[in-house]
Amino acid sequence: MAATKMKIKKDKSGGHVVMVLVKHPMETGNRKDKKTGKKVPAHYVKTMVFTHNGAAVAQASLGPAVSKNPLTQILLTNSNSGDTVSVQWTDNQGETGGTEATIK
Amino acid sequence: MKRRVFLKGSFAAGTIAVAAAAGLLTPRRVLAASWPETAFDAKNEADAVKALFGDMPVVDSDAISIKAPLQAENGAVVPIKAWTSLSNAEAIAIVVEKNPAPWATSVEVMPGAGGLYSTRIKMGQTSPVTCYVKAGGKIHKAAHVVKVTVGGCGG
Repeated sequence: MAATKMKIKKDKSGGHVVMVLVKHPMETGNRKDKKTGKKVPAHYVKTMVFTHNGAAVAQASLGPAVSKNPLTQILLTNSNSGDTVSVQWTDNQGETGGTEATIK
Repeated sequence: MKRRVFLKGSFAAGTIAVAAAAGLLTPRRVLAASWPETAFDAKNEADAVKALFGDMPVVDSDAISIKAPLQAENGAVVPIKAWTSLSNAEAIAIVVEKNPAPWATSVEVMPGAGGLYSTRIKMGQTSPVTCYVKAGGKIHKAAHVVKVTVGGCGG
């Protein structure tokens, strides 16, 4: 269900911008279901770890205040063509996901 | 003889498997612990920043740029892009002062990554969005006011 997509673009600074889109509901836990009147339980991505050639380069901590289907961008400074970049995420209900891509 | 070789081999393989499993499990445990629970629970901006970065001097900085809309029609999706020219940035946090829980998101930057963080956040009402950057033992901040016409924090 949870699809993760990654795009890598070359940046003016010489590095690469890594863009990650996770399909995730990002429920805050405050929203009420209109039909039942009950609160929808919180369900959000907590951590996203970016690795570059196997070494962690950034770790994002997300909260329920991040929008549905979070789109996150970070910058790699020391990246070259052919390097592998991967991302792993974990949510508050223990679900995980991730993807991997190679810099063109 | 053959049996001994086989046993030795399987024993070595077993050790590697155990080591690999331990190696795989450890980072996950570390990650779960590092999610800033106290910052998330904080009900005002100052507490959130304190919980996130500890007691460090906070200074206004020109070295941080924030790209965000002046007016957001839909508070459920407000794109925020923050970047800094500070070369030794260690962490970037995005805090929305008037949200029920001001801390929205933060990123820890390790060597190999630059001072850029972009995301989309929810905003309950018109509020300044402050970007905090931890660099060189100080916290640098810059703010940008986003007007929100329809809030996006549930309800």
